Amino acid sequence: MNLSLDFSFYNWDLISNFVLKGLYFSLMLTLVATIGGVIFGTVLALMRLSGKKWLDVPATIYVNGMRSIPLVMVILWFFLLVPAIIGRPIGAEVSAVITFIAFEAAYFSEIMRAGIQSVPRGQVYAGQALGMTYSQNMKLVVLPQAFRNMLPVLLTQTIILFQDTSLVYAIGAYDMLKGFEVAGKNFGRPIEAYLAAAVLYFVMCYALSWAVKRLHQKIAIIR
Amino acid sequence: MSWDWQVFCEDTLERQVVQGCFGKGGDITYLDWMLSAWGWTVSVSVLALLLALVLGSFIGTLRTLQDRPVVVRLGNAWVELFRNIPLLVQIFLWYHVVPTMFPAMKAVPGFVLVVLALGFFTSARIAEQVRSGIQALPRGQRYAGLAMGFTTFQTYRYVLLPMAFRIIIPPLTSETMNIFKNSSVAFAVSVAELTMFAMQAQEETSRGIEVYLAVTACYIVSAFAINRIMAFIEKRARVPGLIVAGGSGGH
Repeated sequence: MNLSLDFSFYNWDLISNFVLKGLYFSLMLTLVATIGGVIFGTVLALMRLSGKKWLDVPATIYVNGMRSIPLVMVILWFFLLVPAIIGRPIGAEVSAVITFIAFEAAYFSEIMRAGIQSVPRGQVYAGQALGMTYSQNMKLVVLPQAFRNMLPVLLTQTIILFQDTSLVYAIGAYDMLKGFEVAGKNFGRPIEAYLAAAVLYFVMCYALSWAVKRLHQKIAIIR
Repeated sequence: MSWDWQVFCEDTLERQVVQGCFGKGGDITYLDWMLSAWGWTVSVSVLALLLALVLGSFIGTLRTLQDRPVVVRLGNAWVELFRNIPLLVQIFLWYHVVPTMFPAMKAVPGFVLVVLALGFFTSARIAEQVRSGIQALPRGQRYAGLAMGFTTFQTYRYVLLPMAFRIIIPPLTSETMNIFKNSSVAFAVSVAELTMFAMQAQEETSRGIEVYLAVTACYIVSAFAINRIMAFIEKRARVPGLIVAGGSGGH
């Protein structure tokens, strides 16, 4: 071991100047991508479960396509394509948000699909027997139960999503990792910066996954 | 928008189209470069997979030992540590921090460090699967082994692990595909793999769409190949008459 670490340069000024901005973006990206991903993921899952070929096939291609390419490539793709489509350059941050919603939708749709399929068929028939339309049945009977069944998996995916936000490094967006990196470069202390980033990611993800585990136990008792 | 696939036949220095698309006498074309990048992706992934399988099986097994709470705790700590730090940060730690802490690691090439990072990262996930595979077996299996007079090691070697590994082939398949996808993160420390190629070739040629399409195709072909290989292994390893864990086919 040959190491003299010096964390003394971590004062409040540095943290608020470099790290908080990145942390804010990472959290915002996680939140927006989770909400957007769940909404589009639900649509994709319903398309795949609709039993209609013209809905099922495109959704399946989209989901399997997204799931077989690395996220970094998807990030690069959108960064290249979105400006070409809308005809003007966009920032790395906006591009990252669009990418993560589109990418996570594929993963969330698989979770939603498993969740919907975990609702017993009898529930669907019961809803139909009560004279509910398809959308009533979905909204009032199936989806509430499905959401509850898959909540732990959904939250675990959100933790993974939070970790994945660090990959916006590829297009130079300013996230939490970037914040630490810039701080480390400015103060000539890259080692401490990477270590601090690792510790912060670990603490946040560990706390979240512990909370998810607790929630899972609670739900499991009730059911 | 017009396609220009010729770009793959251009050599990387003068940007002249080369006959036959493969560079001759030391020159390389973009096609040569991409194939070599694909080779790097495959090498990083396969080596990391081997490391992850060995480490992950070992740690996953330790986590199921009875009457060894300290060992189980250490195994759990390992899994939590490597699961809760993003892969990119782990790669930076291996690449920047480890060589500073241990000067002996300074001579180690970046490629090896990435293999270590990816292997350790994935070992935690495989350990989790191995643990759940072993715990999915009926408790009687372990007792039967011990009642036969097997030592703990023999019980694992001959009774528990052979069945546990069969159960976890489907999740291992997706983990193997994940390793290939995750190897793309190696671009961040300039390993010459596919994503690195995509970024550099896009910049040099400005034919981003063609380059990205080709690279994406390489990734999809790799994913499909792994899927088939694992399906083959699953079929060959199947124990006649035994239906494994709810028939999670579909992979």
